[in-house]
Amino acid sequence: MPNTPYNEMFFKEGTGRAHYQRYAEWLGQQPVDRLAQKRAEADALFHRVGITFAVYGQEEGSERLIPFDIVPRVLPREEWIQLETGLKQRVRALNSFIHDIYHDQQILKAGVIPAEQVLCNSQYRPEMQGVDVPGGIYAHIAGIDIVRDDAGEFKVLEDNLRVPSGVSYMLENRKMMMRLFPELFSSHRVAPVDHYPDVLLDNLRSVAPTGVADPTVVLLTAGAHNSAYFEHAFLAQQMGIELVEGQDLFVRDEALFMRTTQGPQRVDVIYRRIDDDFLDPLVFRPDSMLGVPGLLTAYRAGHLTIANAIGTGVADDKSIYPYVPEMIRFYLGQSPIIGNVHTWMLRKPEDRDYVLAHLPELVVKEVHGAGGYGMLIGPAASQAEIENFRRRIIASPERYIAQPTLALSTCPTFADAALAPRHIDLRPFVLSGSDVTIVPGGLTRVALLAGSLVVNSSQGGGTKDTWVLES
Amino acid sequence: MLSRTADHLYWMSRYIERAESLARLVDAHYRMSLLPHSPEDLAESLRATVKALNMEQDYTKRHGHIEPKAVFEFISLDRDHSGSIFSCLRSARENARAVRGSLTSELWETLNSTWLDARAQSTRRSLDIGHFVEWVKERSHLTRGVTIGTMMRDEAFHFTRIGTFLERADSTARILTAHQSDLMPGADAGAVPDPYQWSVLLRALSAFEVYRRVYRDVITPSRVAELLILRDDMPRSLLRCCKEVYGNLKSVANEQSAETLRRAGEMHAMLHFARMEELLSLGLPRFLQQFLAKLNDIGHRIASDFLGSQAEA
Repeated sequence: MPNTPYNEMFFKEGTGRAHYQRYAEWLGQQPVDRLAQKRAEADALFHRVGITFAVYGQEEGSERLIPFDIVPRVLPREEWIQLETGLKQRVRALNSFIHDIYHDQQILKAGVIPAEQVLCNSQYRPEMQGVDVPGGIYAHIAGIDIVRDDAGEFKVLEDNLRVPSGVSYMLENRKMMMRLFPELFSSHRVAPVDHYPDVLLDNLRSVAPTGVADPTVVLLTAGAHNSAYFEHAFLAQQMGIELVEGQDLFVRDEALFMRTTQGPQRVDVIYRRIDDDFLDPLVFRPDSMLGVPGLLTAYRAGHLTIANAIGTGVADDKSIYPYVPEMIRFYLGQSPIIGNVHTWMLRKPEDRDYVLAHLPELVVKEVHGAGGYGMLIGPAASQAEIENFRRRIIASPERYIAQPTLALSTCPTFADAALAPRHIDLRPFVLSGSDVTIVPGGLTRVALLAGSLVVNSSQGGGTKDTWVLES
Repeated sequence: MLSRTADHLYWMSRYIERAESLARLVDAHYRMSLLPHSPEDLAESLRATVKALNMEQDYTKRHGHIEPKAVFEFISLDRDHSGSIFSCLRSARENARAVRGSLTSELWETLNSTWLDARAQSTRRSLDIGHFVEWVKERSHLTRGVTIGTMMRDEAFHFTRIGTFLERADSTARILTAHQSDLMPGADAGAVPDPYQWSVLLRALSAFEVYRRVYRDVITPSRVAELLILRDDMPRSLLRCCKEVYGNLKSVANEQSAETLRRAGEMHAMLHFARMEELLSLGLPRFLQQFLAKLNDIGHRIASDFLGSQAEA
């Protein structure tokens, strides 16, 4: 670890930061037994409510809990305002970028981003070239992963513009905290988050195809065996819309319908939670059983809105990420409010030379990887792992980027029957429709293993409630 | 509402109802097994029950001859037996999970905890069968109460109810089938029928106390049959179930369901206006056989009118 990480709660040993002071005092008075009992209570409740994620390849009991930590992550109001402004700016620029590359490609013509980086990207969808989408919005729902470095600065680690998940945990964690510790909510002015589904539904309705007065919105899931199924069912229920699978839908005369007990019913907006590749077997993967044949025809004819739009993956790819600050300057004429983490692009020879010489200090990521897989964390890796990655980088450098090993900020966490600092990140959810909105907070993910920097739930990460204080 | 959603709701409630019916049967026989009583009678009753439930083949393959403890476990907790209470609770929960967004959270949590508890109980080495089936009945009562107490009276509710009453009608008819020889005309005339047999039948249908209250007299086969087939105020009677199926079907009628509704109405009318003497002279076994066939037909028709992947018309 290069530097001492920023501790979210304590300024220095025993001294709480101003916005955490009241909570830290309260926490100091809690017997460990009570905390342990509250945590057990939370686990039992999550099980009963079925807030679980499915684990692939296991038959019975194949649903697990994402570990929930009872110590909240607290953000003071002024920090949140800065984050909110920065996130809105970033997502506006990203939407402009996606619109641009599927239309005039001015940013490529201006030479800001090398054209082949975009056009040869496997996530670039030529089918979308020239297709107009309502409001020019592509990433209706964006999950932007934010980290705080050792200097206390927020940085964007990753943009998720395809089917970002986790928002149900943001909502359920809050409900759980209010149930477990009601007293904390009378002593803290915590900004509410439970209106998220209303805001989301408003946004989805606002981007319906033109001329549709009362749009029907549905949520498309891969089904009950998908790992994020709980979230799909939860959001559909909260918004009061149908949760559909591909088999419930069909396309006729360039329009989308769902099969109901009263016959076919027209669908205007799909909030889809399956990847582009599976949406339409006639255009993308022909073996997909999850999608709807002909969906793209209805989409291109303008009779349907798909959220997020097809082809957003080209903008959240790790090879495009380094250019986002440039996009903000290019489209908005502003300087970025939240910066990127410094990134070396290994297709550039000078970057590659530097990275190969410093592998034990750096984090190397696959450009198309996700979920914390396919990455090298230099300081934690063995010599053999480093050499293995070195060979892979030399063989195809364009597939990798590298970043400094960040000392992610830490937050006290109830781990192994005691409080201890653990590394965290933050995923706020940015909604774009007729306006750009962010519910205050987001999903705080925490690496539960001591020293670990991997917060992904697939690799032992947990979650915390995230409080934005109103005063 | 989505056809697939209706399908899951329908099966969810069928499976819960089936779990309860099975629990009642096991409960009744289990009580019988605790009484000083001829083991042959118990075995005979169990054999007839296993046969009426269409479980005869699977049971014999697994356990051979009828042995009360083996039958109880086979019906209650056998994980590999798709007809067991355990499997029914799992299927109910799987169907609920597929449409959890269409359920109230209370209903979903009830079904989910039932399943989690059942799974925990099934791993215990020594299980008290009497306790288990009592628990299943309670969970079914709770599920029904939560359904009625929290769900909107919309299509989702009606499909849930259709599932409940089709399954209940099926179950009552099967239990009657298992006891049909006791209910035959002429059984009245013979020796006083075995009171234990009666209590099994009546208890399995929650009708023991009702019988006493309605008839205030000794138990006779034709009255038992009347109570369980033709009484409109008896919640598990065939007439009552058919009335509910018809009423709920009427509420969800669509363009293609007219014939299904007509057939359900016909079944209801037939029971409504029937007299016990006529049914007995037709012969109870034949009547029950026809009834089960008609019920099956209505089940199929509901699936194709509402639940299946319809043609894109």
